[in-house]
Amino acid sequence: MIYIITQFLNGLFSAALLFLIAGGLTLVFGVMRIVNIAHGSFYMLGVYVAYTVIARTDSLLLGTIAAVLLVAAVGLAVERLFLRRFASRPLPQMMMTMGFALVFRDAAFMIWGGDPFTLPYPALLAGSVETRDIVFPAYRLFVMLVAAVVGLLLWVLNEHTLIGAKLRATVDDPEMAAATGINVALVSGGVFAAGAALAAFGGVMGGPILGGYAGMDLDLLPLAFVVVIIGGMGSLKGALVGSIAVGLIDNFGKALVPELSYFTLFAPMVIVLAIKPTGLYGRG
Amino acid sequence: MKIADRPIADRRCFAPRRSVFVVVLLVAAGNVIVGQRPEALPIKIGFIAPLSGPNAQNGRDILNGFLLYLQEIGSGVDGRRIDVIIEDDEAIPAVGLTKTRKLVERDKVHLMAGALLSSTGYALAPYIDAMRIPMLYPVVSADDLTQRRRSKWIVRTGYSGSQPNHAFGEYAYHTLGLKKVATIALDYAFGWESVGGFQRTFEAEGGLVAQKIWCPVFVHDFAPYLAQIPRDVDAVYALFLGRSALQFMRQYQEFGLKQRVRLIGAGTTTDEHVLPFMGDEALGVVTALHYTAALDTPANRKFVAAYRARYNRVPSYYSESMYTGAKWLVTAVEVVHGNVEDSATLVDALRHVKLTDAPRGPLELDDYGNPIENVYIRRVERVNGQLQNTVIETIPRVSQFWKYNPADYLKQPLYARR
Repeated sequence: MIYIITQFLNGLFSAALLFLIAGGLTLVFGVMRIVNIAHGSFYMLGVYVAYTVIARTDSLLLGTIAAVLLVAAVGLAVERLFLRRFASRPLPQMMMTMGFALVFRDAAFMIWGGDPFTLPYPALLAGSVETRDIVFPAYRLFVMLVAAVVGLLLWVLNEHTLIGAKLRATVDDPEMAAATGINVALVSGGVFAAGAALAAFGGVMGGPILGGYAGMDLDLLPLAFVVVIIGGMGSLKGALVGSIAVGLIDNFGKALVPELSYFTLFAPMVIVLAIKPTGLYGRG
Repeated sequence: MKIADRPIADRRCFAPRRSVFVVVLLVAAGNVIVGQRPEALPIKIGFIAPLSGPNAQNGRDILNGFLLYLQEIGSGVDGRRIDVIIEDDEAIPAVGLTKTRKLVERDKVHLMAGALLSSTGYALAPYIDAMRIPMLYPVVSADDLTQRRRSKWIVRTGYSGSQPNHAFGEYAYHTLGLKKVATIALDYAFGWESVGGFQRTFEAEGGLVAQKIWCPVFVHDFAPYLAQIPRDVDAVYALFLGRSALQFMRQYQEFGLKQRVRLIGAGTTTDEHVLPFMGDEALGVVTALHYTAALDTPANRKFVAAYRARYNRVPSYYSESMYTGAKWLVTAVEVVHGNVEDSATLVDALRHVKLTDAPRGPLELDDYGNPIENVYIRRVERVNGQLQNTVIETIPRVSQFWKYNPADYLKQPLYARR
């Protein structure tokens, strides 16, 4: 029983981290139809920038803010200066993001070297919560809480604000949205930057546990894609449901049948695709 | 003279300008010699290691050790200067093979050195044997390279995966007083061989490995595996390296296990390639390896000081591997009086080198081409604010076959997952 509760909590923690990363990925796809291979790079850059800033200032908060803002700026630049030139042409855009993934990977290696590192824990959350026989790290609970808050904010933004309305209009029909006076280019740029910022934030949140290391950019990307494909590309609700599903299945899969950990990860995706090719909440 | 096909730039760790400078110095010194003895052509050594991608830092450590030694000997061997041609194998066996072909067939190197991963090591072996090019493996630790799948042309100066663990299993039972242990390790050959070696001698003495947990190499969150560790064991034996070691160590403490179950492990788990990035969670962890930067001998103190001065970081066992590897190569070349064109004589000389003053201590090869060398039992301590692997016991002259008869040993199957 203790074992199952611990694994369940672990699964939710994975889900929280996945949601932060996949949320940005699905937003970008929903609005711009870009399969962003460089999304993992934004996740990586977030950790590295935070690491540098925290090392200089000793402030986790400053590190997080710097990471989110700087990576958002990088995302904006990538969209404005490069992806915009190939608007509505998914293949060149995807290849371009792939190129950027390689450029960012080598750039990070040149700037920061290949050593692994971890970010410090926030002082208040360094310990673990113990109730009877269950030991669960406080920081992991905190990440779950943060992801829930981010999810809630995104939902409110999407459903109850003018920005959200414009966003949804752009997702549904970019041409019609443009005709009604929505600046589709601006929305696209903003969404791409926000997606990058979310990935960076996810990286920083995972930083004390997973840290930063060479190759991390492509480590979490397949998982994020599985989440987005299960949930339906472009759907925030889908990203939430997909994250929880993948987080739990992946954790219980690794715990119960470790030999099949790849199978348990991808099997749900195949099943969902077979039954509903657009994903759980995707639209065709 | 070419240092690499692609520019190597790593401001923090590698100091590219200085490296290029050193090689240029060698060239300059060589030119003078060539001027006096026009017949003395350079000795060409091909070097491969992962210099990009996730394993790049390990590859750079190996290369750094190599270049440091070459800088120390300065002008070359027997009047012939040494040219090193460096290639990046990207930690992909097929790339390693392609680059090795290029070094052998186009650059016409006289001998080869390098490789990090066992997969690359196995991929190169048939080609190296076919081309009859002597090659030195400073790190590749797959047991069978010097056991059931030996190569005539490959000399290993590193270690076999199970080698330090044979010694450690016995030590863990008798000196650490452990009776029941669970293992958690990366799920590939290096993990199987290390755990297998530990289990064999630990259980032969009367201990019990109660559970073996295997983590796929791509795992970064170890929580699902940590939850499987039984609480009634005396210790957990862990094998990780690089970022997985860092993450594992953190998460072991995070889940409150560090206070409850003692942690021991394979040497890479706390090796200096990752130890400086760890915190107090690593304190007290006992591991076994054939090297530690904290080894208190004159040869090692000198090496560590020179390495720190040049690269501004503490040497890892990867760094030491090719420093000693280079010393090994140069010693063999001296034995054949610089006549590297005779590869059969050269490989024979390579097999019979004996070093007494390597940083890690004395080493020589057994009849199967694997070093007999000291194994150090190390405990992580904090000294002057820095974490280090303090030697708590030296087990001298450990062979890959431990105390077993080689012929009998080789009749047993290779250590595997089960």
